[in-house]
Amino acid sequence: MDYKDIIASYASKPGGIIEAYHAVQKELSYLPEEAVAEAARVFNLPVSDAYGVATFYSMFSVTPRGKNVIRICESAPCHVAGAAQVIAALERELGIKMGESTADGQFALEFAECVGQCQATPVITINRKPYLDVSPATVPTILAEYK
Amino acid sequence: MVNLTIDGIKVSVPEGSTILQAAREVGVKIPTLCHHPDQAVKANCRVCVCEVEGNRLLAAACAQPVMEGMVVKTRTPKVIEARKTILELILANHPQDCLNCIRNGNCELQDLANEYFIRDNPFTLKVRGLQKDYSTPSIFRDPDKCVLCRRCVEACTVVQSVNALGLENRGVLSMVVPTMGGDLIDSACVMCGQCIHACPVGAIGEVEEIDKLLAAIADPDKVVVTQIAPAVRVAIGEEVGMKTGDMPMDVFVAGLRQVGFDYVLHTNFTADLTILEEGNELLQRLKEGGTLPMFTSCSPGWINFCETFYPDLLDNLSTCKSPQQMFGPLAKTYWADKMGIDPAKIYSVSIMPCTAKKFEAARPEMNASGYRDVDLVLTTREVGRLFRMSGIDFDKLAGSNFDSWMGAYTGAAVIFGASGGVMEAALRTVYEVVTGNTLEDVNFEVTRGITGIKEAEVDLDGTVVKVAIANGLSNARQLMDQVRAGESPYHFIEIMACPGGCIGGGGQPITKANAKRVERIDSIYVEDEKCAIRKSHENPEVKTLYDEFLLEPLGHKSHELLHTHYQAKNKKYL
Ligand code: SF4
Ligand code: SF4
Ligand code: SF4
Ligand code: FES
Ligand code: FES
Repeated sequence: MDYKDIIASYASKPGGIIEAYHAVQKELSYLPEEAVAEAARVFNLPVSDAYGVATFYSMFSVTPRGKNVIRICESAPCHVAGAAQVIAALERELGIKMGESTADGQFALEFAECVGQCQATPVITINRKPYLDVSPATVPTILAEYK
Repeated sequence: MVNLTIDGIKVSVPEGSTILQAAREVGVKIPTLCHHPDQAVKANCRVCVCEVEGNRLLAAACAQPVMEGMVVKTRTPKVIEARKTILELILANHPQDCLNCIRNGNCELQDLANEYFIRDNPFTLKVRGLQKDYSTPSIFRDPDKCVLCRRCVEACTVVQSVNALGLENRGVLSMVVPTMGGDLIDSACVMCGQCIHACPVGAIGEVEEIDKLLAAIADPDKVVVTQIAPAVRVAIGEEVGMKTGDMPMDVFVAGLRQVGFDYVLHTNFTADLTILEEGNELLQRLKEGGTLPMFTSCSPGWINFCETFYPDLLDNLSTCKSPQQMFGPLAKTYWADKMGIDPAKIYSVSIMPCTAKKFEAARPEMNASGYRDVDLVLTTREVGRLFRMSGIDFDKLAGSNFDSWMGAYTGAAVIFGASGGVMEAALRTVYEVVTGNTLEDVNFEVTRGITGIKEAEVDLDGTVVKVAIANGLSNARQLMDQVRAGESPYHFIEIMACPGGCIGGGGQPITKANAKRVERIDSIYVEDEKCAIRKSHENPEVKTLYDEFLLEPLGHKSHELLHTHYQAKNKKYL
């Protein structure tokens, strides 16, 4: 679906801009400038405000990134449980560094703040689906689901 | 009323007051940084913390409402310690650049660092290394110096409704950025400079061009000519230690001669001229069914706004150039001829209260004289620097008069500097032209003051002309939306981009509070009262200009030199 149609479908919802952004990202994996400007128009906001919303939440990206967004929690509990080793494994497996996307556009690696699953740390999410108790050993199997 | 004590002093203040307001009542000074007297409470810097008895946490005085029986302490060791730490944390992310900074000596953060004698900051200095933005001819941004108070954002959105500035990211990554995180020139920015006044530090400023002036003065082949805008005199004294309004005009002129200007002329002369051209344009539109309401066109920030947000209303704009841009071509044609000076040698400098004037002078079409009409625009603040650098002692300086042919002016030109002034000046002239009667009382009080939107009706021999005046672009926007909807009852609308008019322009001495704008407005009308001639059409040098050169208002020569056209800006994102 075109980003315009996606955004239009949230037009009548109060505060629908956040949901519209999520929906656009699901399709395009990031929020292109034109989509931010379109959201400003539809939700009757100055572009600078729509841009502020798009950059305020770390789950939105205004720069192009890989289709499957892998986010690694870096808050204290996950950190203590060995997030660093998980990061190293992901970087090795995908051949990219944190903050980068793979050349084939399949994966992006990003940091996240606590996702509320501290009972089973370290935690990563892929396209918002959480994976608990991740270890370097389980990384290849998790990634295989998306290849 | 609510009763409380602050540092042992009893005070009663109206309900809803903040601790900060109550403290000011009794002369207790609490430091602030993000607080702005005319803006919403931001409470994001925490510099204003105080102890409130019975509370474990310190309270932000700018945000905390007073309560009955409250006991506030503003100077305890705990408070001082907290404020120092907060300042140290801010300074740990701030370039240690005061010596090179445009706000050196006039910076709220520098003052606080001084007051709290910050010496050996225990926190390691970490500056973000963000890109400076010099994309516009008027305004620069240096985001590394930003303390994220958001005062500029409020100026640009609430006061001006331009929305060129907004926030990006959050937490340690947050920044104030132009639209979409791009350069200021690509945003809707109209270059009004109100964000400069709002900024407590040197994160936003005017593009400085003093060096260009010094080079021209040093060049023996250049004749350096200057014009002073109507709003400058009331404020320039503030730059050299005088009170608002106290700089006498002739001493100001003498100071400019000391600095090295060869000829000192006055924008007030072309302000009077503007009234004749614009007044006649209005009468012509009224008579011939032209596009109404007609909008004034003196304020280049407003022109930028209209071209950006209301391109469908460009026909409503008066075709008259601003007084600065009327002066430009006349200085290099009529005046050069009168003086026997080769126009190619003239270096024309204007002294303006305005940052948008720099942009206006650089517009490609502003070359009606066959040369660049205005070569350089300096703001009031830049001229203040020039005076301080030149070490001029204004107390000892003997006054000097303006040079001939484009230096005479009337009280009607003086009031151009305040919101409503162009309207009042126009009414003084139009009334006499239409009715043929002498206007006994030239004072149109209703047009005066800092109120955002003012309106008036004038009876011109049976025809009632309805006028409106707006200062500040969010007020202008209200009138424009009315026009766009076809519901505007007015014939003539004056718009000034800056709150209070040019006396509050983006190039004036740093103006935090509107109260200062009001003081300057008052000085403007005092000066008008003192003028022997107070109607533009009675300006003797303007009469000579028409007799010898222009021949008639709206004539052929006027159209060639003094009138212009406008273009939609088509900005990508608004
Ligand atoms: S903004 Fe203020 S504190 Fe910062 S460098 Fe400039 S003068 Fe110094
Ligand atoms: S100059 Fe005026 S329009 Fe431009 S960013 Fe500053 S306040 Fe906004
Ligand atoms: S640029 Fe100035 S006014 Fe704007 S947020 Fe930064 S410090 Fe405050
Ligand atoms: S700290 Fe990682 S999920 Fe809570
Ligand atoms: S002045 Fe009170 S929090 Fe900034």
